[in-house]
Amino acid sequence: MTKPEGSETSHPLVELRDLVKYFPIHGGLLGRQVGAVKAVDGVSFEVNAGETLSLVGESGCGKSTVGRCVARLLDLTSGELRLDGERIDGLPQSNLKPFRKRLNIVFQDPFSSLNPRMNVEALISEPLRSHGIVPGRAERRARVAQLLDTVGLSADIMDRMPHQFSGGQRQRICIARALSSEPDFIVCDEAVSALDVSVQAQIINLLMRLQADLGLAILFISHDLAVVEHLSDRVAVMYLGRIMEIADRDQLFAAPAHPYTKALLSAVPLPDPSVRQKRVILKGEVPSPIDPPSGCPFRTRCPIANDICAQIRPELVEHTPGQSVACHFPG
Amino acid sequence: MTSAPPEQESYVVARAMPAIISAPPKRNAMMRTLRRHPTMWLGGTLLALVAIMAIFAPIISTSDPSAMNPAVRVQPPSAEAWFGTDMLGRDIFARSVYGARVSLIVGIGVALFATIVGMIIGLTAGFVRWADGIIMRIMDGMMSIPAILLAIALMTLMRGGSVMNVILAITIAEIPRVARLTRSAVLSVRELTYVEAAVACGTSKLGIIRLHILPNTVAPITVQATYICASAMITEAILSFIGAGLPTSIPSWGNIMAEGRALWQVKPNIVFFPAIFLSVTVLAVNLLGDGLRDAVDPRLAKRV
Repeated sequence: MTKPEGSETSHPLVELRDLVKYFPIHGGLLGRQVGAVKAVDGVSFEVNAGETLSLVGESGCGKSTVGRCVARLLDLTSGELRLDGERIDGLPQSNLKPFRKRLNIVFQDPFSSLNPRMNVEALISEPLRSHGIVPGRAERRARVAQLLDTVGLSADIMDRMPHQFSGGQRQRICIARALSSEPDFIVCDEAVSALDVSVQAQIINLLMRLQADLGLAILFISHDLAVVEHLSDRVAVMYLGRIMEIADRDQLFAAPAHPYTKALLSAVPLPDPSVRQKRVILKGEVPSPIDPPSGCPFRTRCPIANDICAQIRPELVEHTPGQSVACHFPG
Repeated sequence: MTSAPPEQESYVVARAMPAIISAPPKRNAMMRTLRRHPTMWLGGTLLALVAIMAIFAPIISTSDPSAMNPAVRVQPPSAEAWFGTDMLGRDIFARSVYGARVSLIVGIGVALFATIVGMIIGLTAGFVRWADGIIMRIMDGMMSIPAILLAIALMTLMRGGSVMNVILAITIAEIPRVARLTRSAVLSVRELTYVEAAVACGTSKLGIIRLHILPNTVAPITVQATYICASAMITEAILSFIGAGLPTSIPSWGNIMAEGRALWQVKPNIVFFPAIFLSVTVLAVNLLGDGLRDAVDPRLAKRV
């Protein structure tokens, strides 16, 4: 795929505008739609080439749905998705092949994301075959050997089956598969959450090295703030289907402006037991995304919520350079 | 790990690898599976014996199965006619040996056709959402009629007892079971993450069915096919027994038994021998199926 002239400077690699994804709820005898789970309700961000944007939030806040929509595994309810300035949100699945070549996804569970009846060669070469990138079998095996080396596995495992590997090895195979069509954007949907801590560190280092070597852009979806702090350039904090705060990594961790971000950060355990930090304890539960609160979605649990928070939904506006917050009382 | 060299014209993911790419290994899993599952081994052997009998029927049987000899009718087993003779003086041993042909052809034919057609219907139902409701309601309707009744009705419609017609009638009656099983397997496999990953890899819909869905549904369907084979043999025997299946000019275990029915209390040998053949063959197929099921899904084996 050739990039349009001057696209490097004029467009971000991936741009998402006002993504909305509702899952309809059907009920009654006739299966009519009786409601909708508002999984994602107006999310916008952009990812530049070679950059890592992390998406953090509690479970159920819609971060995986965003990832799946960006990878076009789910159809968008509304919103715009652009790759190099070109809109791809309305394209039918059959026209997405050039897009799929440039974007791939690594899932959370390395045990269910590899077909148990395919060997490593077939798994990793799947994008090569479906995009017709490397024609011959011998060349494909050579390419798979290269990819295995890239992700730190030995090339002689090529004929083994997925059940013969550990979780970390499987995740490396998933990464090799995602890389095989030479994409420039990868969505990592909780890609390290299912792994042991030591293996997590290996996979994170692998991702960072690949990013440095290949200039990959990564959308890193996670709930682990320590991991996010380690590898992101920018961080977006999601709550109930919306972005609460999006900022450069250092800015966000040093001076969070949204009360939800503050609460999240205060929950991260510190390695030094002598440091006593002030915990922000949130009351209550996450409201249901079927019937979200009026105004600011976070107001029901917010320590500084006011009357205005119930009436007007705060927009995501720039608070300091490189830091945007959706709150009436940021800071 | 070392990283890739920084300067490159084309986009190369890693440094070149030496040619250490081995040939794919050969598998010897078949023999191992057989040894580990004795029921499969026993069923397979018995079935092989029946198959040999069917293939070499002209050599094994001592006389023409259709040759009538009224002078020696309803004889008990003897050196000339090992299983005795029926009311028209035909050799029951010869008829039973030839009967294996019909049973095997019908059993295998039905299993094969019902599986192929049922899988196509089941895949369509599982993949084409709007067709699902229509197809499955038709299948439900067919399943609400007992298979044997449906087969009798179809035989009546086709007005002619040929092996092909019997296979067709039983196949139609068995299709819904395969379709239902395939559909449920497809529905559970298509939601798995590796199918989603395949979509993300740009694999086409047909490619996903061929590479991911079919290989992961074929195991339970193969097991089901053996049970269909066994039940088709019984259905064929029932059809021939009640006269809706094959005419007596084509010896089948069902119609041999039908001829001996009237004399059952005085000359049990006429019914006894074909009945034993039928039971053993069906048992063999079922044992094979059980063994296959255990080999395919070890968790199920412990539960049963």
